[in-house]
Amino acid sequence: MNRSITATEICKSFGARTVLNGIDLDIQKGEIFGLLGPSGAGKTTLIKILTGQIAQDSGTAAINGNDSRKLSGDDRKRFGITMDNFGVYERLSCYDNLKIIAGIYGVGKAEIMNALRKVGLEEAAKTPAGKLSKGMTVRLKLARAFMSDPDVLFLDEPTSGLDPVSAEEIHRMILAEKQRGKTVFLTTHTMTEAEKLCDNIALLSEGRIVEYGRPCEICRRYDHQRRLRIHLTDGNDIEIPHDKDAADMLSELIISGRAETIHTTEPDLETVFMEITGKELSA
Amino acid sequence: MKNIAVIFKKQIRDTLKNKMVLIQFLMFPLLVVIFENVVKIEDMPEHFFVKLFAVMFVGMAPLTCMSAIIAEEKEKNTLRVLLMSNVKPAEYLVGVGSYVFVMCSAGMAVFAVVGGYSGTELVRFIAAMSAGIILSELTGAVIGIFSRNQMTATSISVPVMMLFAFLPMLSMFNDTIKSVAQVTYSQQISELINGIGDSGIQAESLIVIAVNFVLAVILFTVAYKRKGLET
Repeated sequence: MNRSITATEICKSFGARTVLNGIDLDIQKGEIFGLLGPSGAGKTTLIKILTGQIAQDSGTAAINGNDSRKLSGDDRKRFGITMDNFGVYERLSCYDNLKIIAGIYGVGKAEIMNALRKVGLEEAAKTPAGKLSKGMTVRLKLARAFMSDPDVLFLDEPTSGLDPVSAEEIHRMILAEKQRGKTVFLTTHTMTEAEKLCDNIALLSEGRIVEYGRPCEICRRYDHQRRLRIHLTDGNDIEIPHDKDAADMLSELIISGRAETIHTTEPDLETVFMEITGKELSA
Repeated sequence: MKNIAVIFKKQIRDTLKNKMVLIQFLMFPLLVVIFENVVKIEDMPEHFFVKLFAVMFVGMAPLTCMSAIIAEEKEKNTLRVLLMSNVKPAEYLVGVGSYVFVMCSAGMAVFAVVGGYSGTELVRFIAAMSAGIILSELTGAVIGIFSRNQMTATSISVPVMMLFAFLPMLSMFNDTIKSVAQVTYSQQISELINGIGDSGIQAESLIVIAVNFVLAVILFTVAYKRKGLET
């Protein structure tokens, strides 16, 4: 079985407000999956349902083939989760924060140090968590999610509010987990993050998945102009149709050294999202 | 048991760094040592301050600590992390409850030493204090369950704590207050402690404490079923 996370026809309402409406997901092992949507689209609710924190009104959800509503202790040990609002014990050191989780999962000091090393907090092991920068706090939360060496990681907006350098460090850690064969379920409203990290993405709007697939394929699907924009060395720009006839012209421009840069006219995910929903992704 | 031990150890590690909780455990044991050694008034009952402060300690420390710890974990979303990591709500409550009980027992030991209790007197003192600590813990847990954050917990726990901690002292000066205070466990614990040297134990005290205990358990169960630990 290669499926890591599945969801079928998930619906969830809070009172009269429908938050999720017929969500289907099929995420393979070793995949980085990105769920994109503006604030309030239902991303966090979906993570909570998938991880058994709240129950859906209808539909089924499973992690590693286990029903999310009936997860056992061992099942929970097989996934790590970090959410934006998850706290740390501010008065306790980074090491002691992880020691609590280590005690629950029955793992030792070596695993704690390994998790700290993995997120680059080895030297801050004795620093109280309340004195960490925001980026370091996110890394500590990631280390906590890594403690049981889970197969699946749920990361809810892991780079939200971080500076570019800290965000880059988090990206590196996420990609390293993929290299180790882990499945990563990522929510974000940053399109560049999704394009850079994710094998597949889903665009979520008003509780529905409005687009699903590989980021580049989705962008290509919405490239209505299908043109190439070439910036020439003389400073001028030209546009040509993006078809088989473009090859001769392109090769001529490249061989003659007149083409400085070549761009396609395919939109980015933000533009795609706006086209589908009429709303901004980062709203 | 493993998860209860983890919660207990976490709290122990946090104790020295959490001044708000630490002061609750230390204040009355320190005050009793100072007052019993410094204040000498003619005709004052023997170990007056032990009996006075022991009841205040029982009415204040377990109640405020339980509510503060639970409310802080809810406010900072660390409780959710624990629950997501396989800790059951009951394990969490027992872990925090046993930590508060052990810390209060250390304070109780100070009162027992300063009060010079031994033998049967010591057993009666420990039994009365333990009953009071457990009842205050249950009350504190109810407040913690109902509070979304520390500020709410404080605003609820302060008047409740003052009721249980200071009513026995005020009842010494006013009969009307005393008649009202008779229905509270802290008043009955005060009477049990004051009557430690007597030969018998008043059945009324035990009945009131038992009724208080049943009410506290019912209140706790209702609070837990309605609110759970996370909301």
